Amino acid sequence: MPFIAQSQTAIKAETIYTINGAPITNGVILVKDGKIESVGTAKEISIPKNYAVVTAKIVTPGFVDARSVVGLSGALNIPTDQDQLEKSSPVQPELRAIDAYNPEEKLVSYVRDYGVTTMHTGHGIGALVSGQTMIVKTKPGKIDDVTLVPMEMLAMTIGSSVQGNFTSPGTKAKQIAMIRTELLKTQSYMQKQNEKDTAKHPATDLKYEALSKLLKGEVKALITVNTTNDIMNALRLAKEFNFKLVIDGAAEAYRLIDEIKAAHAEIILHATMARNGGDMVNMTRESAAILTAADIPVSIETGYEAYVPKTHVLLFEAALAVTYGLPYEEGLKAITLNPAKLLGIDKRVGSIEKGKDADLVLFNGDPFEYLSKVCKVMIDGNWVSANCK
Amino acid sequence: MVYAQDKPMAFKGALIYPVTGAPIQNGILIVQNGKIIAVGDANTKIPSDAMIQDAKGKIIMPGIVDTHSHLGGPEGGDNSAALNPDTRAFDAINPTSDGFKKALAGGLTTLNIMPGSGHLMSGQTVYVKMREAKVMEDLIIVNEKGVYGGMKMANGTNPMRGTNGFPGTRAKSAAMDRDLFVKAQEYKKKIEKAGKDSTKLPERDLKLEPLVEVLQGKRVVHFHTHKENDILTAIRLSKEFGFRVVLHHVSEGWKVYDEIAKAGVPCSIIVIESPGGKLEAMDYSSTNGAALSNAGVLTGFHTDDGITDSRLLIRAAAMAVRSGMNRDKALEALTINGAKMLDLSSRIGSLEKGKDADFIILSGDPFSVYTKVEQTWVEGKKRYDIKNPDDKAFLVGGFKVYSAEREEYLNHDDEIGNQ
Repeated sequence: MPFIAQSQTAIKAETIYTINGAPITNGVILVKDGKIESVGTAKEISIPKNYAVVTAKIVTPGFVDARSVVGLSGALNIPTDQDQLEKSSPVQPELRAIDAYNPEEKLVSYVRDYGVTTMHTGHGIGALVSGQTMIVKTKPGKIDDVTLVPMEMLAMTIGSSVQGNFTSPGTKAKQIAMIRTELLKTQSYMQKQNEKDTAKHPATDLKYEALSKLLKGEVKALITVNTTNDIMNALRLAKEFNFKLVIDGAAEAYRLIDEIKAAHAEIILHATMARNGGDMVNMTRESAAILTAADIPVSIETGYEAYVPKTHVLLFEAALAVTYGLPYEEGLKAITLNPAKLLGIDKRVGSIEKGKDADLVLFNGDPFEYLSKVCKVMIDGNWVSANCK
Repeated sequence: MVYAQDKPMAFKGALIYPVTGAPIQNGILIVQNGKIIAVGDANTKIPSDAMIQDAKGKIIMPGIVDTHSHLGGPEGGDNSAALNPDTRAFDAINPTSDGFKKALAGGLTTLNIMPGSGHLMSGQTVYVKMREAKVMEDLIIVNEKGVYGGMKMANGTNPMRGTNGFPGTRAKSAAMDRDLFVKAQEYKKKIEKAGKDSTKLPERDLKLEPLVEVLQGKRVVHFHTHKENDILTAIRLSKEFGFRVVLHHVSEGWKVYDEIAKAGVPCSIIVIESPGGKLEAMDYSSTNGAALSNAGVLTGFHTDDGITDSRLLIRAAAMAVRSGMNRDKALEALTINGAKMLDLSSRIGSLEKGKDADFIILSGDPFSVYTKVEQTWVEGKKRYDIKNPDDKAFLVGGFKVYSAEREEYLNHDDEIGNQ
């Protein structure tokens, strides 16, 4: 799909899910200079003459994938296109996603065709600290054009997947001991940097610079944990070192609702169709519904797949969560405003509101229905997909 | 196994998809002693002693046939050799595996459980009904050809390991296959020459016996293949040796549907969320179902569980329809077409008088995301009911619902890569 620059567009739709209040029936969205100019009913909004007009059955905001590895973990799945996990050592917070992200990876346009317009991507699962994550728009462009946030979180894992990747840590206790040791060293590094006597300042160490951002609260810890014990480990670490915790995967979070709420930890929920083996064996498809009913905001992710398929499709995962009890509009929220808020980008994306980015998905039917299609996708006011699939 | 009812059981008021006939509004299905004794419209006579179940507002269709599954832990070849016609899924599967409860939750009633694709030939597959069973003998179904399974073969990436007697190239893969089939042909000749004189029979050879069945057309070869050239190679081999083949996965089927149609070879396709994961799946297309079936290829679906989930096979068909496959053909691909691929179409795959009472009751249209499989019946026994919390637990998952002692989804003889 060629990049067609349009500065003024009007979208007319039977239903607009703004995710900012009730859905609008027979609505109009005006787009100007890459932003939402206005949104309301057809009665409220008159379309200026020179605006290109497009109609759709249903419009939603562009989807925000709360956690992906697309762009680092390539579709070919060979060593030279797998950049989401460095195996030389288990704690490498200094690895930047911007140094690895490939905007031209085939799967970027693939997920864009199904409505993902913003992606929290970067380093992956399987190391204590695998590296940094970033936020991108999935529109065509070079890395600087598509980057929304160059350093978003530190990607961490506690669980059985770590043991297979390194000689050490080999046990769960060792995983925690290694993390605690590194965080203690970070505290010491930060203390030394605050010394009045500059001679006592430590040499710049990229690793501890990155971990300092975590302990200062500038970035969150994105910790992939699925079992009850591992979630408790993450909560315990967050309490000890006072960092902001995002529980990623969260397969057994439904068993720890009180603990999670007490800790003010946030949740990114595994793909509904994730394989239920290993650490995920006790997952339930009703997790999104259970957590939402307990007033824990849920953001659904596509996450990571080692083999085939190389990525999940966010829309399909939300659809299945709705089948298993997540209320319809919460299903839409789980892939729009909830992740936007969790990622700190809700001033830009996550709902259709005046002043936000014009990231929109146009459907020919119920977005969650198997037989409906994503017909057009807009990012920053430009059409980036029109494949109707 | 005693059937649950000698009394007939009638299901009334549903939209019935017999699959081999037009849909029946407000239809009646009557089963007894594990068989369908009648299926028809609202005027169908219901025996006076029948138990009646109201199915108003529901949809009844044949139980789904999964032509390619790894549930139960079929194993197969053990990496000691690339060609293992002697190893049998029958000897490895756990008949009480949790996985079969997942299959029932997904509306599956018959499975072809196969060894994996990490070998050129990983072993004999097994055709099973989702009956309650403690032993394999009670799970299997013997087909029209008198066998209860096929022969699993694979080409492309997965068997090409390059060491320890495994091929490193495509040409070597095909040469090794051909060499074995030539040996099987020689062995078959010896058996035929011996005629009725048992003293002239060759020594029994567990590897070659099942291949004689293959050459005789009794045992079908189920051939995992993805890329265009690999698809054509599989067809070429089947023509050279005259064996019956069903192609599996067929990721690039949309490139060669005409050749496949000309060869008259059935295809069981996989529906995956995205392309890639390996080179030979890069050009996977969701339009495969449409392309193949429109070209007249007998097309079926499978899960390849654990690659995709047994609870979601009906979804696979819906996604194929999304990408252009005809609705009716998609329903056939879930049921009667799979039955044909397993030489079981005289017993299963459609709702017709005399066939096995294998059927599912759906809450709505088969191709809606909101539809649930409410009940799954196998040979007249209700094997899954969504209203039963223990059954529903296998649909939804939860704490200690699935036993973790056998990570069956990894049992794909090292097809699943690192990490």
